[in-house]
Amino acid sequence: MSTVAFLEIDHLCKDYGPVEVLKDIDLSIEQGGFLVLVGPSGCGKSTLLYTIAGLESVTRGEIRIDGRSVNDLAPSKRDIAMVFQSYALYPSMSVAENIGFGMEMRGVPKAERQRAIAEVAKTLQIGHLLSRRPAQLSGGQRQRVAMGRALVRDPKLFLFDEPLSNLDAKLRIEMRTEIKRLHQSLGTTIVYVTHDQIEAMTLATRIAVLKDGVLQQFGTPAQIYDDPANLFVADFMGSPPMNLIPVTVQADGAGPSLVVERATGGPATVPAGRAEGLEARAGGEAILGIRPEAITEVPADGMADGAAVVACQIEVVEPAGADTYVITHLGGKEVVARTSPDCRVRAGETLPLAFRMDKAVFFDPATHDRIAD
Amino acid sequence: MSAMTQDTAVRTGRLARAAVYSALLVFAVYYLLPLYVMVANSVKPLDEIRSGNMLALPQVFTIEPWLSAWSTAQIGVEPTGLVPYFWNTIKMVVPAVIISTLMGALNGYVLTKWRFRGDTALFGCLLFACFIPFQIVLIPMASVLGFLNLAGTTAGLVLVHVVYGLGFTTLFFRNYYDAFPTELVKAAQIDGAGFFRIFWRILLPSSGPIIVVTVIWQFTNVWNDFLFGVSFADYDSMPITVALNNLVSSSTGVKEYNVHFAGAILAALPTLVVYVVSGRYFVRGLMAGAVKG
Ligand SMILES: Nc1ncnc2c1ncn2[C@@H]1O[C@H](COP(=O)(O)OP(=O)(O)OP(=O)(O)O)[C@@H](O)[C@H]1O
Ligand SMILES: [Mg+2]
Repeated sequence: MSTVAFLEIDHLCKDYGPVEVLKDIDLSIEQGGFLVLVGPSGCGKSTLLYTIAGLESVTRGEIRIDGRSVNDLAPSKRDIAMVFQSYALYPSMSVAENIGFGMEMRGVPKAERQRAIAEVAKTLQIGHLLSRRPAQLSGGQRQRVAMGRALVRDPKLFLFDEPLSNLDAKLRIEMRTEIKRLHQSLGTTIVYVTHDQIEAMTLATRIAVLKDGVLQQFGTPAQIYDDPANLFVADFMGSPPMNLIPVTVQADGAGPSLVVERATGGPATVPAGRAEGLEARAGGEAILGIRPEAITEVPADGMADGAAVVACQIEVVEPAGADTYVITHLGGKEVVARTSPDCRVRAGETLPLAFRMDKAVFFDPATHDRIAD
Repeated sequence: MSAMTQDTAVRTGRLARAAVYSALLVFAVYYLLPLYVMVANSVKPLDEIRSGNMLALPQVFTIEPWLSAWSTAQIGVEPTGLVPYFWNTIKMVVPAVIISTLMGALNGYVLTKWRFRGDTALFGCLLFACFIPFQIVLIPMASVLGFLNLAGTTAGLVLVHVVYGLGFTTLFFRNYYDAFPTELVKAAQIDGAGFFRIFWRILLPSSGPIIVVTVIWQFTNVWNDFLFGVSFADYDSMPITVALNNLVSSSTGVKEYNVHFAGAILAALPTLVVYVVSGRYFVRGLMAGAVKG
């Protein structure tokens, strides 16, 4: 990264008694960046956010905001604002009081408070709700109020803990766009927790994938999607997920090739496109990772470079409007391919599928890590 | 055909309902009878009680026994009536209830929202207070009061009731606050509110039901207490329950049953009023706790 890091998390560890919840996390995000933390439930995303906010102490390591260590700084002194998963609106206060509570605590005069509340209410279109109690709001309105409480603070750093997970699908997509627009117009640095990998891909400038408190990979959305560091990341990001096919590696004069078991028609041999580190494994096993969109029907106007064709028996055809997913079995695993809706294949038929081997990645079946040299 | 079945359905429904109502009526009479006896006999002249039936309605109505019980009856050796002891009890109950409720709320807040090492063990110890029989603490408590120079004073009684009530009030508030979302406390911390500010502005305004439960519980317990009063109070800090006992047992000569009845009602009246006024909230508060906890 060329820009100076704004938020730095340096060898962070967090224990709850004997339980290690975060193990040696190293992250950083530049000023104005959008860092998304993803991972399965219980992997420590909220805990990491709480340590950044100062709501939980750290066991080892350091957190720096804008070059300054904040380890010993109270949450209210870190110049952050947070939106909680449950929104955490104060039940006994009106919407206006909820939004103004932080300013009240900081001793901002009443007139100025009201002006700021009105301004934020206008931005979020919640002006007509200001005198209501949280219990009298819908889920989407509560979410807006929670956003308003964070926005009014005008902090250096926003922390969002799964802010959209309690909304219905349509509203979630709307709010996702709105958050992205807000980020573009404010330019404030954001750390955002989600376990929805589509949210992660659409919003992030940097993604950190966590599992069991260990950072699996940290990179741009494109890096995470195209170059997953291990099987976990490959499987977690993307929908439908990446196909992971057990293969045997063969080496001959023209570089390594792969032998794949098919359900019918005996094993197929395809040349390995990206061959880094595969030669050394000749005769051994590997796992081929290839995304559904890199497996298509053979195009009428000729194939892309680096594509290999394998005839596969199609078991299921799932039209999804813009695409049609077809499912077959390779290497004993279910494999999903994305074909165009014009592809008129029926279940039970055999279809030649083009594999974009230049997009393929390989993993070690024993360590689950990427094979690279 | 359907009209007929409907008809029988309505009739059996009515029958069942009649059975339920008469059963309820019997129970209600059973429970209200003692109250009736007390009220009826407290407004009769004494000779009517002695000559006649306890269950009969008064033939001559008089409020003389009430006035006597309130201000002139012989309590021990003094003809003061219950009134000074009524005030003694008020002076003891009000601070004891307020202090024990507030401290219970603070304890519950700390035990659920500012967890620390050994907090569950501490809570377990506090819970013990709910199970210790009164008699066991009498002698140690007496020496503590003596040591603090509070023996025989109203302040001493307040202390005893606060200490004894703390286990219950802490239990009530801890269970209630356990279901209170911790994220609200975290949000308030980020907003810059401190320990007491969070308690005062965020938790307490949402504690209505459990405050009602705790206040009713403490009020009835402290008001009705006899053992601590008789053990630790002096003549001029004696609560009304002890005074009532003296009224009933000490009178030389004739037993003025009508005055005793009136005095007993007077001593029980405040708890009755509290329950009638806020009993609805009491049940609702208990239900809220039960559903959430
Ligand atoms: N106070 C605590 N004491 C002990 N363990 C805790 C505590 N808080 C959290 N944990 C544990 O830490 C781990 C991480 O929790 P965390 O809430 O950060 O998960 P998460 O990634 O946010 O999950 P989710 O997606 O479900 O919100 C969990 O296994 C949890 O059980
Ligand atoms: Mg979480």
